Amino acid sequence: MKIGRVLKELLRGAGITARHFFVNMVFHTLKLFGVRTKRRGAVTIQYPEERKELSPRHRSLHRVLSREDGKPRCVACMLCVTVCPSECLSVEAAEDDDPEVQKYPARFVVDLSRCCFCGFCVEACPVDAIRMDTGEIRLASYARSGLDLPLEKR
Amino acid sequence: MLVDVLIVLVKVVLTLTWTLLLALFLTWVERKQSAVMQDRIGANRASVFGLRLFGLFQPFADAIKMLFKEDFVPSFSQRFLHWLAPAISFFFVAVTMVAVPFGDAVRLFGRRIPLQVADLNAALLFVLAMLSLGIYGILIGGWASRNRFALIGSLRGAAQIISYEVALGLSLVGLIMVFPSLRLSKIVEFQGGTLFGFLPKWGIFLQPLGFAVFFLAGLAETKRVPFDLPEGESEIIGFYTEYGGLKFGLFMFADFLEVIVLSSLAVTLFFGGWQVPWLGGLKLAPWAVTVLQVLAFNLKVFFFCWLQVLVRWTYPRFRYDQLMDFGWKVLVPLGVVNILVTGLVLALR
Ligand code: SF4
Ligand code: SF4
Repeated sequence: MKIGRVLKELLRGAGITARHFFVNMVFHTLKLFGVRTKRRGAVTIQYPEERKELSPRHRSLHRVLSREDGKPRCVACMLCVTVCPSECLSVEAAEDDDPEVQKYPARFVVDLSRCCFCGFCVEACPVDAIRMDTGEIRLASYARSGLDLPLEKR
Repeated sequence: MLVDVLIVLVKVVLTLTWTLLLALFLTWVERKQSAVMQDRIGANRASVFGLRLFGLFQPFADAIKMLFKEDFVPSFSQRFLHWLAPAISFFFVAVTMVAVPFGDAVRLFGRRIPLQVADLNAALLFVLAMLSLGIYGILIGGWASRNRFALIGSLRGAAQIISYEVALGLSLVGLIMVFPSLRLSKIVEFQGGTLFGFLPKWGIFLQPLGFAVFFLAGLAETKRVPFDLPEGESEIIGFYTEYGGLKFGLFMFADFLEVIVLSSLAVTLFFGGWQVPWLGGLKLAPWAVTVLQVLAFNLKVFFFCWLQVLVRWTYPRFRYDQLMDFGWKVLVPLGVVNILVTGLVLALR
């Protein structure tokens, strides 16, 4: 009968949530008494005190790589500026003394208030000059100006 | 005479404080229990001098936040009624606790003091009446807001509560037939013996169907999640849209109080109230018995609060037509069947 089925499923649902409650409570209690267990009572990561390890492919704050001589590897080709969907990169080109290189970025700024961390700029760069592997994820700022990050410093 | 007044005053203050503390504690329990059920941790940051105590101070932090919020009344709302509605909601829920017996009468200085604020002779009717008067809080709240959505929400709420009131009343008729009294202290006393020599003679064993109907209808009365059509905080716009700060807090608090009232009623009517089963065999001092009784009552109330929070965080909301169907086509007939069966059994006995 339909009512019986409904009732069965309702009770099953409550059983599942109650089981989660009791099982987790056991682990919480064990932890309270200092017993170390492999499983934890909650999957929560208590953020500021506890940090999750970022995956190697995680896209965090950008950095511009430099060559052996310390100059930025970027040749100011503007490909990343063109591909950026949020239009938040701005590169100002300047002439480089080295005729092999021709151009270098006088200014390389990313506006983090608009960046969507898509990673397209990394993909687009022909000389692998920009990467998003700094692992820096605490980017909040009290003022807008704090989000306009000039990248040559990194 | 003066002493009597004083005793009643003390009992009122104690009951009110205890109930409010329980409700405050319940807001914390709700957050923590839901968190544990969902493999989370829940609010644990509120601290006093670095003492966290699992976030036990969170309710106080919430209360302080609500106190300091702006008391905003929209320009188009009716000021007085807007102020009155949460007060009504809160009052009529809180006042039901006066009829609930927390324990057996104690003897102090040659006086018999029932552990109950008022031993009304029609306490059951009083409780039902007060619970239904709570509708006015909702209706006035919606009306005074002068917000169409709030008004519709309050009408939804009134329709829901009136519908489930019927089932609630019907479910208790069977109980009154079994325990022939409307006095809550008498009903608890009737539940003292044993059935077949071992089962405690609690209402649940005599009226299982009555309890099911009562509890489900009561859940609907508390306006919490599977039945939260009046407010529908997550997506429907409900009757306290135009409320904020402490007034909203009062509405919320009334909801939590209602959970406690429902638990206390379920315990008093169906789970033996303050009765501790199989206690007669042990020879205990009277004060120990009283302590055990009060403890037993509160433990049972805690259990039902836990159960209600479990229900609230397990089931999704009913659709409105399902809600009405469930009330009128399932609970009300079941209530009637329960009365008929109880009558039959009583007549054939
Ligand atoms: S990650 Fe995407 S949005 Fe951000 S700067 Fe690079 S291309 Fe633009
Ligand atoms: S794509 Fe690479 S080389 Fe071109 S401007 Fe951007 S960072 Fe520089």
